[in-house]
Amino acid sequence: MLQVKNVSKTYENGRKALYDISFDVSPGEFVSIIGPSGAGKSTIMRGINQLIPITSGEIVFDGQNVALASKAELRRIRRRIGMIFQHYNLVYRLTAVENVLHGRLGYKSTLSGVLGRYTEQEKEEAFLLLQKVGLEDFAYARCDQLSGGQKQRVGIARALMQHPSLILCDEPIASLDPQSSETVMTYLRDVTKQIGITCLVNLHQVEIAIAYSDRIIGVKEGRVVFDGAPGELTGERIAEIYHANPQAVGEETA
Amino acid sequence: MSKDIFAKRSRSMLMILLLAIALYAVSSLIVNFKAGTALSSIPMACVWLVKNFLPSARAIKYLPYIFEKLVQTILMSVAATSTAAVFALLVAVLGSRATGINKPMKAFARIIASFFRNLPLVAWAMILLLSFKQNEFTGYLAIFFTSFGYLTRSFMETIDEAAGGTIEALTATGASYFQIIFQGVIPMVSSQLISWLLYMIENNVRDATLVGLLTGAGIGFLFDLFYKRFMYDVAGTVTLFIVAVVICLELLSNKIRRMIL
Repeated sequence: MLQVKNVSKTYENGRKALYDISFDVSPGEFVSIIGPSGAGKSTIMRGINQLIPITSGEIVFDGQNVALASKAELRRIRRRIGMIFQHYNLVYRLTAVENVLHGRLGYKSTLSGVLGRYTEQEKEEAFLLLQKVGLEDFAYARCDQLSGGQKQRVGIARALMQHPSLILCDEPIASLDPQSSETVMTYLRDVTKQIGITCLVNLHQVEIAIAYSDRIIGVKEGRVVFDGAPGELTGERIAEIYHANPQAVGEETA
Repeated sequence: MSKDIFAKRSRSMLMILLLAIALYAVSSLIVNFKAGTALSSIPMACVWLVKNFLPSARAIKYLPYIFEKLVQTILMSVAATSTAAVFALLVAVLGSRATGINKPMKAFARIIASFFRNLPLVAWAMILLLSFKQNEFTGYLAIFFTSFGYLTRSFMETIDEAAGGTIEALTATGASYFQIIFQGVIPMVSSQLISWLLYMIENNVRDATLVGLLTGAGIGFLFDLFYKRFMYDVAGTVTLFIVAVVICLELLSNKIRRMIL
């Protein structure tokens, strides 16, 4: 459903972030991308929904080349790709349910989106999704009053509200404590498995990547250096990705 | 090594102190300013102030008139500031780094804001005086222009700071530009914008007095009138009322700020 073919990215300041990246993702797969900071993980994510335009190569989502899409086409592509951020990126002064409803904006006419007019059906679905991520009691709470883990679950609900076939998660648990990290990852995996949504997750924590993913892609200095099942990710391979000996990696991610 | 740093610190402190003293000495020598004479005249001046400017019984006669002009001035400032805020928000959205449409528009918005902001209020009032003559509208325009410049700049910075993540997230959902602005950016920054607006209104009520002096309207005109007739006690009453109003406004806007945050 997603093919990334020979993608390269050079930023305007001349820094090369990605060198000839290629991988495929099949429908329903839960794929983690791991690698050191600055390896290009975030750039890959943002290339897929064109928040960052790529320099060369092809990104094909459901048979359509994302890089060549027109503005209107891009809107239609983006609304089928949910995105979850390290810093949640919610509108903190609005309630949880309002933030979830933002997931529908891509389907609305500009005017009704501007005025925030949602159908009863959409509102009901928003409450249902909040229930699904265990936040039914917080639907009317303002988002700046929620904990980090709760904010991220609102983020998940907002992404699901888009009826996506793919969800991109950019370091979804990097700002969370271990307990909330586990909650968020569990909700993310269970909900996406249940609905059959493909999930592509950037992660710093190797253990979590191994525990939750169907497949792991290791990225180093803008290149794919590992692509395989979690079982194949031995200490040696981890060391290769992170440029350190296996013991040190264990400590770093603990 | 660390000792060196401390020695360097105290040396540079000493240098700054000496430089400040030298600057003071040179400049007061040039303009022939004598601190001794200036300081010794303060007690006398205070006595004079108390004797002449303290409100007296006859000021009561003018109270209704003072009130009328005071209310007029406050309302004019509020009106000018609010309309300026509407235009400022528009230009700020178009010109902010985060939400701006394109580079020329961003540059244009910044130039406009900086032009209106950097011309002092009094200069605006005097320029406009020539074409609009002495009336309330001149004061309104002067306050409108400076507030517009100042608020555009503040709004732009607020949007730049607060809205980045929201814009990214809503763009990723497939939302259109106007949807992102109205559903994401404005809710995100609204309380800060209102806070800026309240600050600007406070400021403008104070400044409106000064503008009124020049444009012959509002409470400033009244002060000028009594002052030039040597009715210092009534002028003093006017001043007291202005101070009272400004303090009340500040208390009120602090209360509103606490409520909306």
